[in-house]
Amino acid sequence: MTASAQDVAGDLADVRIGVVTFPGSLDDGDAARAVRLAGGSPVALWHGTHDLEAVDAVILPGGFSYGDYLRAGAIASFSPIMREIIDAATRGLPVLGICNGFQVLCEAGLLPGALTRNAHLHFRNRDQCLRIEARTAWTGDFEPGAEIVVPVKNGEGRYVAGAEVLAAVEAEGRVLARYVGANPNGSSRDIAGVTDSTGRIVGLMPHPEHAVEALTGPSTDGLGFFTSILASILGARAVSTG
Amino acid sequence: MTRVVVDVMLKTEISDPQGQAVLSALTKLGHQGVQAVRQGKRFELEVTDPVDEAAIRQIADTLLANPVIEDFSVHVQTS
Repeated sequence: MTASAQDVAGDLADVRIGVVTFPGSLDDGDAARAVRLAGGSPVALWHGTHDLEAVDAVILPGGFSYGDYLRAGAIASFSPIMREIIDAATRGLPVLGICNGFQVLCEAGLLPGALTRNAHLHFRNRDQCLRIEARTAWTGDFEPGAEIVVPVKNGEGRYVAGAEVLAAVEAEGRVLARYVGANPNGSSRDIAGVTDSTGRIVGLMPHPEHAVEALTGPSTDGLGFFTSILASILGARAVSTG
Repeated sequence: MTRVVVDVMLKTEISDPQGQAVLSALTKLGHQGVQAVRQGKRFELEVTDPVDEAAIRQIADTLLANPVIEDFSVHVQTS
């Protein structure tokens, strides 16, 4: 490694990405692994505490938090750690919600709309093509319009919102990603993910953290979400210190 | 103690595939008279008197229902 490459690797490893574990989370381990493969340092966060451990960004992973009781993501959105995350997110902390994490962000009111039972009522698990549409803190490493393949696996992944909300999300360029080819769950306008107006709070139904290694994933396309956030945070640091 | 019932239903503009599946089953069972089914949730709360209906509405609005996709109604049972 050259000196500058070592500096970059060292800088990347200084970026702390929190991954929350709720009771019933399943993909926290894969999310942490994806952060590590991208070069960052994953930090385990526990749902029952108020401690964000000075992380630079947070990932809410997939799974079935609190057993999906009441509504998927509903009870998790009131957990102690979520109080801190909601507070920090409104002050600029980047947050990525994947699958159940997306449901939590919608339930918490940080993202518009809601995720409901798949239109065909079946759990759908397959590799899925997506088109990345919005440039955000979590998608900066993708070319606009890039098509990627990552796994999708959900029973309640149908994105819905009122007509006015949908129109606003489209008009403001806040569709993060759209399903290409068959829509796996009946989501409105093929929406697979949305972003808030700042591009820092992002929700995605499919699973980029399961597509980061050739051995286990259908591609390594998912890694882009994790390299993007590391680059975004390092870029913000350079601006604030430079 | 008073029983307060909160009914939660998907808004009419949100499609309800579970209700449609129930309708399909009813049709297969020969109940041709049923034209539509929508499925919801019912919560029964045992509440100390006097019932603060505004507080119950707040509970329904913040936790029991997701106002983005669901409507709710509150019924205080007087027996």
